[in-house]
Amino acid sequence: MREIHTDDIISSVKKLSIEANYYLSEDVIRRIEYLKEKEESGTAVEVLNILLENYKMAAKEKMPICQDTGIAVVFLEIGQDVHIIGGDLTEAINEGVRQGYKNGYLRKSMVDDPIVDRKNTTDNTPAIIYTDIVPGDKMKITLAPKGGGSENMSEVKMMKAADGIEGVISFVVDRIKRSGGNPCPPIVVGVGLGGNFEQSALLAKKSLLRNLDEPNPDPKWEKVENEILEKINKLGIGPQGLGGRTTALAVHILTKPCHIASMPVAVNVQCHAARHKSVIL
Amino acid sequence: MPKTVYLKTPLKSSDLTGLEIGDKVFITGTVYTARDAAHKRLVQLLEKGEKLPFDPHGQIIYYVGPAPTPPGKAIGSAGPTTSYRMDPYAPALMDAGIKAMIGKGERSKAVIDSMIKNQAVYLAAIGGAAVVISESIKKSEIIAYEDLGAEAIRKLEVENFPCIVANDVKGNDIFIEGVKKYKR
Repeated sequence: MREIHTDDIISSVKKLSIEANYYLSEDVIRRIEYLKEKEESGTAVEVLNILLENYKMAAKEKMPICQDTGIAVVFLEIGQDVHIIGGDLTEAINEGVRQGYKNGYLRKSMVDDPIVDRKNTTDNTPAIIYTDIVPGDKMKITLAPKGGGSENMSEVKMMKAADGIEGVISFVVDRIKRSGGNPCPPIVVGVGLGGNFEQSALLAKKSLLRNLDEPNPDPKWEKVENEILEKINKLGIGPQGLGGRTTALAVHILTKPCHIASMPVAVNVQCHAARHKSVIL
Repeated sequence: MPKTVYLKTPLKSSDLTGLEIGDKVFITGTVYTARDAAHKRLVQLLEKGEKLPFDPHGQIIYYVGPAPTPPGKAIGSAGPTTSYRMDPYAPALMDAGIKAMIGKGERSKAVIDSMIKNQAVYLAAIGGAAVVISESIKKSEIIAYEDLGAEAIRKLEVENFPCIVANDVKGNDIFIEGVKKYKR
């Protein structure tokens, strides 16, 4: 049994909130630079250049890449030999978010009631927390700030087995076509296949955490990812929807077994500010 | 070929007639911010025949909810939010005198029709270029609805604020024309 104190969890979440919002990962920057070379639209190249300049300025000025610093989505992998001491784990995560969003001058974007009151909670809590219990005595915390504009373009569809892989591909491509410039392309497209209604959506979200330099570990799904990516980049949407070839940076697929009657498919859209940072305690 | 145009606020119809989709525009002057919650309140005022918190004639509304202002800066990161959420309110504001809207993403047919009727334009700012854009904002002051936090109405003083013409006064739409050009 190894003890982890909530004070360490609070300070880690605080740091992750700030760093994820100021510093975009190199894999995203590399991918934009690579696709910029192949871009045919002059306007699109100009937009991509401004995005690259923006990432540099954000890091230099210590300001968030985007004013939408998102919902704090937190993924925990807790070793089964870990004992958390010092207080409530959920409250520790929320306190870390509270401190990070305040001290980092990050926008508070959460409202308490989704429909009627919509009153801002003023500290960007509550975080959305997903916990996996894993072997070992460590704890991995990943914080992925998720903006509203791209999240709004996401969708779950309960498809039929008869729809096949062709049905899946055309649903994903059509979802991106209908999104146009709204989700701030160039985007990363997260696809969750299988599980049930809610697990497919979580798979789509988790697929966004994969490094853009890493291919899918399963060659079968790597091929499907590449096929969807090619189809999306033929849509002509381009950066910000102004026309061009660079609509998506990558397509990521995660799959799980599912019920004999079902074929759940979820698409989670991520804007170009594909932010996530992790720490292992 | 797209051209580069420098605009000063308040805008007159004659400033906008020559603009075409794809043109680069740099704005200098005053810009008012408003998002979903502020739009709802502004349109409620118009429906009741009451005065808005600012004179809308010839003015520009920027769809933005900026990040908090760090020490030594005029404003925090301040890129555009998605515009379609303001579509239900935009025609009433153009009827009241608004001449330009700045945001990201495409607009509805009703909004484009209202632009033609009111000789107004929609300008696209680059979503996620929030630090670059914040550099062109020299002053920021909350003038209404402070209770809305990031959604309060701010009066911004801008210098060479960068955007691209997305819908011109003739109803042309870059989100249709641009995509057509690069679709395979």
